[in-house]
Amino acid sequence: MLKNTLTEILYVLVGLVCLYSTVKIVRSKDHPSKWPSALFWFILFIVFTFSRVGMIWGDAKVKISDTVVGYLVIVLAVLSALKLVKIGKFSESTLEFKKESAMKIGNKIFIPALSLGIVAFIVAQVWAKQLGTLIALGAAALVAAILALAFTRGKVSDMVEDGSRLLEMIGPVSILPQVLAALGSVFAAAGVGKLIASGMSHVIPQGNILAGVVVYCAGMALFTMIMGNAFAAFAVITAGIGVPFVIAQGGNPVIVSALGLTAGYCGTLMTPMAANFNIVPTAILEIEDKRWGVIKNQVPVALVMLALHMVLMYLWAF
Amino acid sequence: MIKLIGILIIVVGFVLKLDTIAVVVGAGLITGLVSGMSWNDIVTILGKAFVENRYMTIFIISLPAIGLLERYGLRERASYLISRIRSATAGRITSLYLVIRTVSAVFSVRLGGHVQFIRPLILPMSMGAAENRYGKLEPKDEEKIKGLNAAVDNYANFFGQNGFVAAGGVLLIVGVLKELKIPVEAIDIATASLPMAGIILIVGTAQFLLNDRRLAKKYQIKPNTNKE
Repeated sequence: MLKNTLTEILYVLVGLVCLYSTVKIVRSKDHPSKWPSALFWFILFIVFTFSRVGMIWGDAKVKISDTVVGYLVIVLAVLSALKLVKIGKFSESTLEFKKESAMKIGNKIFIPALSLGIVAFIVAQVWAKQLGTLIALGAAALVAAILALAFTRGKVSDMVEDGSRLLEMIGPVSILPQVLAALGSVFAAAGVGKLIASGMSHVIPQGNILAGVVVYCAGMALFTMIMGNAFAAFAVITAGIGVPFVIAQGGNPVIVSALGLTAGYCGTLMTPMAANFNIVPTAILEIEDKRWGVIKNQVPVALVMLALHMVLMYLWAF
Repeated sequence: MIKLIGILIIVVGFVLKLDTIAVVVGAGLITGLVSGMSWNDIVTILGKAFVENRYMTIFIISLPAIGLLERYGLRERASYLISRIRSATAGRITSLYLVIRTVSAVFSVRLGGHVQFIRPLILPMSMGAAENRYGKLEPKDEEKIKGLNAAVDNYANFFGQNGFVAAGGVLLIVGVLKELKIPVEAIDIATASLPMAGIILIVGTAQFLLNDRRLAKKYQIKPNTNKE
C-alpha cells in the first residue's frame, strides 16, 4: 500500500519537473518552437502525474484510461517526428562563477552528489521489502536536493530551473525507453517472438551440442537486439532453443540459463532499441553522435563477451 | 511472416535516420494492424505499457539536485581534484569505476548511473585527467572518452547485477525455468553469474587502457598543436 502511494508520488514529482518546463516555455518570449514544445512537456506532465493518480489514496479506479494515454503517446510521436520540440534559453552560471564556487565550496560539494547513491543504498537495504528500489532512488534524490541547497546555499528556484534545463536538453529522447517498452508489448501481443524462435529452431542440426550452444547464445543476443530487452528475449528463446537444444542434450540448467541471460545482455550493448542504456546517455553526456555514439564503443566488447559466453557454456555446462 | 514488418520498419528507420520515437510508435501501430489486432486494442496496449514503464524515466527526479550542483561547479571541482593526481588517466579512472560499480552491483548496491555518477563525477574526472596529460583534446577524442564513460556503466550494471541473489534477472530465470518444469535455486543462478562479472572487469579494463595508449601515442607525436 505505502509502496504504491510513495511510487505514485514520485511520478507526480517527475510530472512537476515537466510542468515547470511547460510553464517556462509558455512564458518565454523568444522560444524557437513555443507551443509545440510546451504541449510536449504538458502531455508528459499529465501522463506522469495523473495516469494512475488514484493509487495515491489507494483507489485504482481513479485514472486516465490506457486508450487516452495511447493517443497522447501518438501525439508525442507526431511532435517529435515533425522536430517541433526545441530547447529554449536558460540562465546558466558562467564558467568563472563555476570555478570560483568550486574553490569556495571545496570537496564538500561531493557530499550531496555521493548521497544520491549512498542514501539509495541505505533505504533499499533497510526497507527493501516494504519499499523497493524505486522509492529508494526517490528518497535519495530528495535528500541530495536538500543537501545540495544546504552546501551551495543556492536558491530553490535555481534548482528547479536547472532540473528542467537538463530535462529539456535530454529532450524527447527521455521518453524513448517507455515508447520502446510499449513496442515490446505490441510485439508480444502480436506473437512476433514465438515466430522468430520457431524460425531459428529449424536451423539447428539435431544432436549437435556446440551448434545448440552457439545458436542459443547468438539467438539471445540477436533477439535482445530486436526487442531491446533481454528479459523479453529470455522467456521466448529459452523455451524455443535453450531447453530443447542445450539443456535437453545434458547441459546443466543453472549454468545454461545464467549464461543465457547475460548473453542477451551482450545484445543489449549493441542495439539502439535499448534506449535507456545506449541512446539516453548520449543526451546526458552531450555526445554528438546521438545514435551510435555509445553503441560503437560497446560493440567490440559485446562481441568478445558473447564469444566467451559460448566458450564458457560449452566447457562448463557439459 | 508479415508480423515481422515492425522489425523491418525499425531497421529502415534507423538506417534512414528518421525520428526514432516516430519510427518506433509507427512500427508498433503497423505490427498490430497487420497481426489483426483492432486499432483500439493497439492504442490501449501502447498507452498501458507507457504508463507501466514510467519507472524507466524516474531518473528525471534526480536532475534538479545534479543541475544545482553543476551550477555551483561540481564538474569543475571533480576535474580539479583529479588533475592533482599525476598518475591519473582517463582509462584508469574508468577502469576503477568499472571495478567499484561491478562489485557494488554484485552486492545489489546501486552506486552508479549515467545521471547520478557518470555526468557529474566520472566524466569530468576522465576529461580532467586526459586534458591534464595531453592538453586540449580533439573533439573526436573527447567523443571517445564520453562514449567509453557511457559504456562503463552499462558493462558493470549488466554483468554485475545477476551476481546478487534477489536481482530481477535472477528471479526472472528462476520463474521462467519453473514454468518450463526445470526447478533451479536463485543462489545457484547468482553464483553461476559470477564468472562473467569477473570477465567483464578484464575485457572492459583492456578496452579503457588501450584507449589510454592510443591517446598517449597520438598526442606525443603531435605535441600541443591545438594549444593557442
